[in-house]
Amino acid sequence: MGAGSLQPSGSRLVGGPRHRRRVAVNRLVEAGCTLAAILAVAVLALVVISVLIKGLPALNLGFFTQEPAPFGQPGGGIANSIVGSAILVGLATAISVPVGIMVAVYTTQFAGPRVAGAIRFALDILNGVPTIVTGVFIFGLMVVGNQQSGWAAAVALAIVELPIVARSAQEVLALVPRSLQEAGLALGLRRWRIVVRIVVPTAAGGLITGAVLGVARVAGETAPLLFTSSIFSDLGITTSPSQAMPNIPVTIFSLSESPAPADHARAWAAALVLILFVLLLSVVARAFHERTRRRLTGR
Amino acid sequence: MSTRRTHSNEMTTPDINEDEHPDLGALGAPVAPTGHSVEVQELNAYYGSEQALREVTLTFAANTVTAIIGPSGCGKSTLVRCINRMHEEIPGARAEGRVLLGDEDVYAPKVDITAVRRAIGMVFQRPNPFPTMSIFDNVAAGLKLAGMRGEAVRERVHRSLRAVGLWGEVKDRLNRPGIGLSGGQQQRLCIARTIAVEPEVILMDEPASALDPISTLRVEELIAELKSRYTIVIVTHNMQQAGRVADSTVFMLDGSLVEHAPTQQMFTNPRDERTERYVTGKFG
Repeated sequence: MGAGSLQPSGSRLVGGPRHRRRVAVNRLVEAGCTLAAILAVAVLALVVISVLIKGLPALNLGFFTQEPAPFGQPGGGIANSIVGSAILVGLATAISVPVGIMVAVYTTQFAGPRVAGAIRFALDILNGVPTIVTGVFIFGLMVVGNQQSGWAAAVALAIVELPIVARSAQEVLALVPRSLQEAGLALGLRRWRIVVRIVVPTAAGGLITGAVLGVARVAGETAPLLFTSSIFSDLGITTSPSQAMPNIPVTIFSLSESPAPADHARAWAAALVLILFVLLLSVVARAFHERTRRRLTGR
Repeated sequence: MSTRRTHSNEMTTPDINEDEHPDLGALGAPVAPTGHSVEVQELNAYYGSEQALREVTLTFAANTVTAIIGPSGCGKSTLVRCINRMHEEIPGARAEGRVLLGDEDVYAPKVDITAVRRAIGMVFQRPNPFPTMSIFDNVAAGLKLAGMRGEAVRERVHRSLRAVGLWGEVKDRLNRPGIGLSGGQQQRLCIARTIAVEPEVILMDEPASALDPISTLRVEELIAELKSRYTIVIVTHNMQQAGRVADSTVFMLDGSLVEHAPTQQMFTNPRDERTERYVTGKFG
């Protein structure tokens, strides 16, 4: 028994100093990782709680339904920003979701492995482009020589949203079992029919998840909007994307810059609205994701 | 090694109901055989640089069941996948040679690959119903997604479900999801989906290997029934199964055809020494 020499004396089963050290290191690593995990959850909790505490006092039904009060006046709401954000994000999603899903269908169903890899890489880079750069790009392309507009903002947001939608769609489309496509091919169906009628419906829940996550991401996106939709002509509700549209992120920013303390409370309340919206979307996204997973695993 | 069921034409399913009796009236199929023979000539198949089939030449006679047996990796699945040109769907895979359906080469230059697959249907190892579709839509998939509409679809679906003996089990829940069925029912659903397209040949790649013994038996009985209308090629790992369902059996080894003979002869008096060693369980 060669290992006997490592142990000082007595039982073969009682660990020596090396063993104790390994146990200690093991505990230390485990504790460290646990702490990191707790920290991550704590950060989210802290953000949500602090926004709740500071935002809740100014939050009431009127905050959602009323237009902003003139400077210095009490009351009022952010109805104009909610409507504006909804339209901007809606337009961005209307652009990025179809394009993103088509990109994903192309890379997973039609492209060769090399082309697919290149497109994946390009999407990852696009996802990593600082959004302020996207903002400047669209500013140069659509705002310079014209004016700020909802269209410009929507296109900028769509560029931010596209890689999120496309990448998540790629992942869920890749999960669709190859056996289903083979079944379709063996029935003599054309490839595009199989994609449209079998592959995409099977992945539908996951595709919706990706779209919802994309919406959640761009709902709070601020940098591109500073360039494209931050100068509002009036405080009323605007529904025309041909001019700059008030929106929640820019409103939070400008309210927090205001000298009036009441505006600071409104900024917190607007932040609360935004964060609750994003949390809600994340929950919805999870639900759809679960649905797809169940469907793909057969119940 | 009984071939009892294989040659019995009056074979009936034991638990059959009046309304699912697979007589030709219910099936609506002509009495005359409709299957075509399939002739494979000098077929070579590759995965990238690796050769999976070597100069395979054989004929699958019309309206018979032919089993392909052999150890894992011998090329039996590749062979059936070459017959309906599914082999080439795998990236890097290709095939050379001729596969004649009747007198037409499925590898001829102007052939429409989807037409080939509609004439030569395929059933896979694992039941693979479309998870988003109902029982009805699963069977109708090959028709509807090719543009067929209306009453004709319904008729074919019902007829196909009757032909696989599933009608009595599912007629009250045609709109329920296909994946809600048991494994054996799912596989019969997949067979119904295949015959709904009205092929001449049905390829089966280990169709019962994922099923329990009772479901396996039902599928085997179904194969015996179907051969009056289709030419059937079945890949199997299970020599007893080959013995039960096949009129003739093909033994393959390392991508080559070793022996093709009537099933009974194959198992009792094989010509090739390798076949004998395989069927007596000395390797494999």
